[in-house]
Amino acid sequence: MISNFPYIAVIVFISLGIYTLIFNKNLIKIAIGICLIENGANLFLITLGYKKGAVAPIYTMAPAGQSMVLPTPQALTLTSIVIGLATTALILSVAMMIYKHYGTLDTDEVRRLRG
Amino acid sequence: MNILPHLPILIIALPLLGAFILPLLNRINKKVPGIFSVLILGASLFFTILVAIKVMTVGPQVYVFGAQSTGFTLPSGLKFPIRIIFEIDAMSIFMGLITAMVSFLGAVYSLTFIQKEEGLDKYYALLLLLTVGMFGMELTGDIFNFFVFLEIASIASVALISFQALYKGEPAEAGFKYMVVSSISALIVLFAVGIFYGQYDVLNLAALARLIKYSQLDKIALGLMVPVLAMKAGAVPMHMWTPDAYSEAPAPITMILVAASQASLYALFRVTFTLYNIQLNTLTVGWVIIIFGLLSMFIGVTMAIIQKDIKRLMAYHAISQTGYMLLGVGVGLAVLADPVALQKYGITAMEGGIFHIMNHAMYKGLLFLTAGALFYRTGTRDLNHMGGLAHSMKYTTIFFIIGAAAIAGLPPFNGFASKLLIYESVYRFNPILSIIAMVVSILTLASFVKVFHSAFLGPKLPRYKEVKEVPTSMVFAMAVLSGIIIFFGLFPDVIIKNLVHPAAMSLIEQVKYSATILGGM
Repeated sequence: MISNFPYIAVIVFISLGIYTLIFNKNLIKIAIGICLIENGANLFLITLGYKKGAVAPIYTMAPAGQSMVLPTPQALTLTSIVIGLATTALILSVAMMIYKHYGTLDTDEVRRLRG
Repeated sequence: MNILPHLPILIIALPLLGAFILPLLNRINKKVPGIFSVLILGASLFFTILVAIKVMTVGPQVYVFGAQSTGFTLPSGLKFPIRIIFEIDAMSIFMGLITAMVSFLGAVYSLTFIQKEEGLDKYYALLLLLTVGMFGMELTGDIFNFFVFLEIASIASVALISFQALYKGEPAEAGFKYMVVSSISALIVLFAVGIFYGQYDVLNLAALARLIKYSQLDKIALGLMVPVLAMKAGAVPMHMWTPDAYSEAPAPITMILVAASQASLYALFRVTFTLYNIQLNTLTVGWVIIIFGLLSMFIGVTMAIIQKDIKRLMAYHAISQTGYMLLGVGVGLAVLADPVALQKYGITAMEGGIFHIMNHAMYKGLLFLTAGALFYRTGTRDLNHMGGLAHSMKYTTIFFIIGAAAIAGLPPFNGFASKLLIYESVYRFNPILSIIAMVVSILTLASFVKVFHSAFLGPKLPRYKEVKEVPTSMVFAMAVLSGIIIFFGLFPDVIIKNLVHPAAMSLIEQVKYSATILGGM
């Protein structure tokens, strides 16, 4: 049961993120919502590679006979974190541009494009 | 060193390297980045054509990263591939050809279109990165690798959409919308990748396709991936980003964005056909895709009719045309499990849908470029302020007529060829779908007649007295696209036999895709 906790945390992260995206009207908070979904996805990947009592997957350093955790999900998570950084930086800079031109971060007022 | 086996990676490596060299070259002269990226994308186009010839004559190509030889898919003793592999079959290279053509012409058109802007080195670097992302999505045979390229493409396209955000608020607004949409879809795809990896311990598409069991978790993954990929492709009801992003981006970027949406469409087909194939409840999923298609066709065109902004109008038409592709391939998916119906009309419907992808990239690209040409000379996108431009912009007028006739499906242009295939085959599946498709086509024609009338016809307006034809590089890009449209319209059988039919078959025959990497039939 206790091993399922990370998965519950994943669900909590992703649903909080989607809640933020749908119900918040502030552009910065929308960016935070995306970060929450991203953390959920990363936590999901890293949990998949977890093995109880295993050591870090460094072949030359591991004691003989000891099992190692799976390195692939860790590599995937690392890649996805780096990509997430780029996404967050870009989304915040675009939000900054919007604030410069509209003078607000409220999505109800940032609505010149419609129809 | 023999360079031939490395051609698949050169398609991607050249623009990727070029993107990072560009800012240095900008120090020499402000004009260098543009010419340099045209050269790079030209080389990329050339390599894509070489690979395409090889795929058509020899068969699917693989490229294994970091192995002793490029075709070494299975390391000694293992039953599944562990390295990142590019797998290029007829469908991948079909999309690759579209990407190569469109990005090359986009760069040529940009040479003069974007000349007066600041920060051109960044513009061209991002353009090259966007091309890399699209190529990667189309050529890769690894599902996590697909996620990475999806993110590269979306980050580059967001930056390009909001390229003019320095002076105006609207591009930033459109960029924000697109960023939110594409990061959500990429993260959901990542989550689905996690589901696959947790169950089967592989990331390779071919190995996954062989192992997949269609368990409850696989159904969840499918349910996550189909809507988000349809959202990235701009299908109704997830289309709200499309008109904003398409209308605010610079015209050549809009043309490339159309191809980028189609790369997501390709991924949707890849997932449903190659990954799941007949294990799927094909009738249900096929109908889901058909309904996406119908909604896109109808809502797209009805929204287009009321638009006043020329690029926004064309963006809604892009949504509507995406519906045709979804309809054609969706019918193919719906009858996939029924060999008789598949032979009778399923394959033809898929050929129509897939052929329409290429045709759409060409004529919609041409139309967006003509809209860009109008904007370049008049400085407005509002149709109510244009008029009488046929007097002074003769070439642009001719190109616009060709594009508009092609999108409305008039013979002898390429839109007619693919739409006829879709009408004929879909009629045998369900006549009502075919009738709706024809009505949408008529509405499309009506809407373009309106554009033609208000932008080009009428007396010469005094405020556009100084307007002349656009510069040579823009005319060149539009002329090449027009040439392709007419060629495809006059000789559709050549293209269908050599490019489209193998592409449709490579989607249908899942076993062959896996066998290319894993061996054995």
